[in-house]
Amino acid sequence: MSGPLLEIDGLCKAYNGRPALIDVALDLWPGEVLAIVGESGSGKTTLLRCIDGQVAPERGAIRFDTRAQGMVDLTLLNEARRRRLLGNDLGYVHQNPRDGLRLELSAGANIGEPLLQAGHRHYGRIRATAESWLAKVEIDPGRIDDLPKHFSGGMQQRLQIARNLVTNPRLVLMDEPTGGLDVSVQAKLLDLLRRLAADLDLAIILVTHDLGVARLLADRLMVMQAGRIVESGLTDQVLDDPHQPYTQLLVSSVLQL
Amino acid sequence: MSKGYNFAYLDEQSKRMIRRAVLKAVAVPGYQVPFAGREMPLPYGWGTGGIQVTASIIGRDEVLKVIDQGADDTTNAVSIRKFFARTAGVRTTTRTPEASLIQTRHRIPETQLKAGQIIVFQVPIPEPLRWLEPRETATRRMHALGDYGAMHLKLYEDIARYGRVTTAYDFPTLVNGRYLMSPSPIPRLDNPKLDRSPALQLFGAGREKRIYAVPPHTTVKSLDFEDHPFTTERWAQHCARCGAGDSYLDELVIDDRGTRRFVCSDTDYCDTRLAGTGGAR
Repeated sequence: MSGPLLEIDGLCKAYNGRPALIDVALDLWPGEVLAIVGESGSGKTTLLRCIDGQVAPERGAIRFDTRAQGMVDLTLLNEARRRRLLGNDLGYVHQNPRDGLRLELSAGANIGEPLLQAGHRHYGRIRATAESWLAKVEIDPGRIDDLPKHFSGGMQQRLQIARNLVTNPRLVLMDEPTGGLDVSVQAKLLDLLRRLAADLDLAIILVTHDLGVARLLADRLMVMQAGRIVESGLTDQVLDDPHQPYTQLLVSSVLQL
Repeated sequence: MSKGYNFAYLDEQSKRMIRRAVLKAVAVPGYQVPFAGREMPLPYGWGTGGIQVTASIIGRDEVLKVIDQGADDTTNAVSIRKFFARTAGVRTTTRTPEASLIQTRHRIPETQLKAGQIIVFQVPIPEPLRWLEPRETATRRMHALGDYGAMHLKLYEDIARYGRVTTAYDFPTLVNGRYLMSPSPIPRLDNPKLDRSPALQLFGAGREKRIYAVPPHTTVKSLDFEDHPFTTERWAQHCARCGAGDSYLDELVIDDRGTRRFVCSDTDYCDTRLAGTGGAR
């Protein structure tokens, strides 16, 4: 058994002097699904963006076990080296599929783009891969040449997930993947994610403010408040027996039908 | 040569500045070098970029040829040729092998260029990634990182929809294995002529204020897929005037009943073949 896939230590980030992340630390193991919950503005998305390199943290280390070179501190890399080392090890699923897709290009092209980025240049194979991935995310492969802007919200989100998984990443960051979808579509998407994560032995960091989503998908749960991690542990343990007052508040404020 | 103008119209400092940009462009093949484009006495889109490059590198003993869509006798070509004949007093020609400097819009001459010749292209949109990404900051970043995978998406979409690549002109190329380059709106048929050409090829975009270059004997590869290799267009006809089967043909409607005729777009090539001296010098 190898070591952790991702190690974060003492991560700090402030926007205009206002702290967004304070001394955040976490370990993630290969194949593990970690949910981060907390209210809006608690720093969940900032944490994801730091890992993805969209935001540079002020202090701290983000060590990632790359396929190319083993453990590398991502905060020390410039963009060019980051791309070379990270390759397709990392995926990012946006809350809004419009941010992660090219709506004016066909579904097949959207799935093909990461393959092209990775250097594939065989049209037939790219198309076959795109077709098989459409099937895997339960989109009719006959719609391969349709534009994603003509897809429903749920289909767009599934397409975005396919686009992220096609290059076989080790870790996928998901920012509220089920936000903005109605409940039945959400349930289908969660089923799909759970199946894919198990089949592909994929590590996922899932940011959500929906505790139900966390319970269904996540092995481990972290609760964030005002830039700090206030509680973490196995998902069921944290949700059934919350220790911190904030976590207790969070759990008790879920509507029961 | 008319009085009152500096040699070749532009002042010496401007020419020096443009030459510096040209040198940098030659040093980094395919890289778009920004330059301080000057106002020229013709509108943007008529070749202000090409004309500035030509004005900066032209010498007194130069022999200039100007073509527009392959033809020496169209308004744009005639005007630019006259412009340099008046302001620089240089000799002009329509014969490709005799020219030392060729300014062109939308074509590369059919007659193979030789070492020592310089060809200057007029470029409307120098950025091949523009259709994909409207922000200049983003496209520069993509060039810096060699982030060109998405460029194949256009080819992918064409093949998915029409079964073949339909981009007929301004077909994107990779220069020297590094920079993605727009070859200016030359037909796809001309793309192979860019590759390892013995002539120096300079590209000037006046509105966008960019200069780039392909030095002699540099590889210029048109983008393609392994299973859909790059091809050039073919015609069922030969040229109706000179009978050439290898040149780029213009389709002309010659009467009110829609009768068509295909003739070479390169007028010098066609005339030379008609005169029987043989085009392929």
